[in-house]
Amino acid sequence: MSARGELSAAVRGIGLLGPGLVDWPSAAAVLEGKHPYQYAATTAPAPALLPPAERRRTGETVRLALAAGLQALAGTSTDPEGLATVFASSGGDGAICHEICSTLATDQRDISPTRFHNSVHNAASGYWSIAVHSMAPSTALCAYDGSFAAGLLEALTQTLASAAPVLLVAYETVYPEPLHAQRPLLDAFALALLLDPRPTAGACARLQAQLVQEAADTLDDPALERLRTGVPAARGLPLLRRIARGDRGRVVLDYLGPLRLAVTVTPCP
Amino acid sequence: MKPLALTHFTATSAIGRGLEATLTALRAERGALSPCAFETATLPTCIGAVADVDSVPVPRSLARYDSRNHRLTLLALETDGFAAAVRQAVLRYGAMRIGVLLGTSTSGMLETELAYRRRTADGALPSTFEYGATHNSYALADVVRRVLGLEGPATVISTACSSSAKVFGAAARMIEAGLIDAALVGGVDSLCLTTLYGFHALQLTSPQPCRPFDPARDGISIGEAAAFALLEPPGPDTPPATVMLTGVGESSDAYHMSSPHPDGLGAQAAMRRALAAAGLTPHQIEYINLHGTGTPSNDSAEARAVTAVFERPVPSSSTKGATGHTLGAAGALEAVICALALRSGLMPAGLNTRYADPSLGLEYLTANRHAPLTRVLSNSFGFGGSNCSLVLERCAGARP
Repeated sequence: MSARGELSAAVRGIGLLGPGLVDWPSAAAVLEGKHPYQYAATTAPAPALLPPAERRRTGETVRLALAAGLQALAGTSTDPEGLATVFASSGGDGAICHEICSTLATDQRDISPTRFHNSVHNAASGYWSIAVHSMAPSTALCAYDGSFAAGLLEALTQTLASAAPVLLVAYETVYPEPLHAQRPLLDAFALALLLDPRPTAGACARLQAQLVQEAADTLDDPALERLRTGVPAARGLPLLRRIARGDRGRVVLDYLGPLRLAVTVTPCP
Repeated sequence: MKPLALTHFTATSAIGRGLEATLTALRAERGALSPCAFETATLPTCIGAVADVDSVPVPRSLARYDSRNHRLTLLALETDGFAAAVRQAVLRYGAMRIGVLLGTSTSGMLETELAYRRRTADGALPSTFEYGATHNSYALADVVRRVLGLEGPATVISTACSSSAKVFGAAARMIEAGLIDAALVGGVDSLCLTTLYGFHALQLTSPQPCRPFDPARDGISIGEAAAFALLEPPGPDTPPATVMLTGVGESSDAYHMSSPHPDGLGAQAAMRRALAAAGLTPHQIEYINLHGTGTPSNDSAEARAVTAVFERPVPSSSTKGATGHTLGAAGALEAVICALALRSGLMPAGLNTRYADPSLGLEYLTANRHAPLTRVLSNSFGFGGSNCSLVLERCAGARP
């Protein structure tokens, strides 16, 4: 850490799943402006790592979070068993919430026990630990529309405290009606960063983050900007655009009034 | 980790509003679990409800936030001079240098449950329903920031029943990183139908007041609580007997979503990491506030974990027989109970338990025990295999 309140870590891996964004290499070309952005509905692959019984119990939210996390680890030779994880989401699983509240509004109120234990905000964190056999610390947090920056701050402070890598996964799925009218998220989206406080070969960029009071950066492409403002986890897209460009620069990410998170990105050689 | 002082703290649960009422109930071995009469619930179980939550006034400026969870929050903040102490801290540090890190499992989900009953003919939720200000987990930190005029970093950790223990770790890391100078930590969880019917569906609720570690234990009693602490790095002005947070240990079970590992391997890791962070050996812990929910498997897994880590009997109890299991608030509530134990030299009895299951090998307290205390440990474990242990000390580093 170079200054009071400044946090630093290298990005060793990136996972990305969203509408028209299927992985980091192809999304980087879109964010860089090399390829046009084209909308297509988000798909979340089934988590092959989970035992079949657990796999059957997972919904879209858990599948999306696990897939993005695994993307970030691919090709980094990181052992997920000892890897601490931070899961950031503004809403958890809206489909389960809808099912539980619908059932509780009936006379029977016989809610499914599996749905109940899957309704916890840390469901993705729990299934991740089971999938990769990790007894490392794992947390699940929420800061509403500021959830991405809150997750990044938690992950960066963890790398500082433990001097070890941390995987951040920020993710959202869409609430079904009637909740959707109250919380109209644009589409399912997940963004994962493998952060490492140590100088490491093969990192794609080094981040230095600090709290500021400035306006957050926006994206030039109107469709990508709609995505950024339409899903809390996509508030991290300006950071990915900066990493994709491969030059040194600074981005300001949405957090909580009056605070924003400024991140200086330095490409690694 | 560098110790942090709990310069101010407060707790409101079924056994009482504030520290004095809480300590009085603990001294009297008086629990507060009673047959469930919450809302329209018709379940053969007992609950630990906080009295008069629904009559707590909500300021007009916070009308959007009106919910049982936030009424309980407002009630607790205005207890033991806690809000005033935080406002004093704002004068010392500045509003942006105090973090807000809180835990909850269901936040204001009750509001959504009630709104679903009042859906319009076309299936829409009533126009008065406010998802972001009531149900969303972050609403808890949002309302606390607004009430106290705090503008620093904030987050809500929601890892089921370990939520408000883990916030102590997150706050310590933020202070260590220099992002903030002090942190308001705590947890609030209030009764709702999802948890009452959900735990019932899992066959984890007891028909009678819960009896943690009793051979005939048969489930939990759900409670509600709000507990807060102000964490500050100790300085020359810190009174010598101040309670300190000296260790936090977190782990995952990697075993099952709703059942603990039978040997409590994750719980062992959390306790060992907390002891290592505090620089203590197991034999230096004088009392353990157990997670002790009262289900057969949770208690036996925790007992195996405790006997594996401590290798000798340590006086221990679960205070959930008094308060009920306050879920996302349990970590903070039981940290405050540990702070009271340190201050008053009281190891509180585990209520409702006739005698401890002899197969578990714990030194389980079924009656209050009095002795000067300097180092205690508190366990909080949750669904998803999320574990967190805290070490609290009075006169950190001093010898008894």
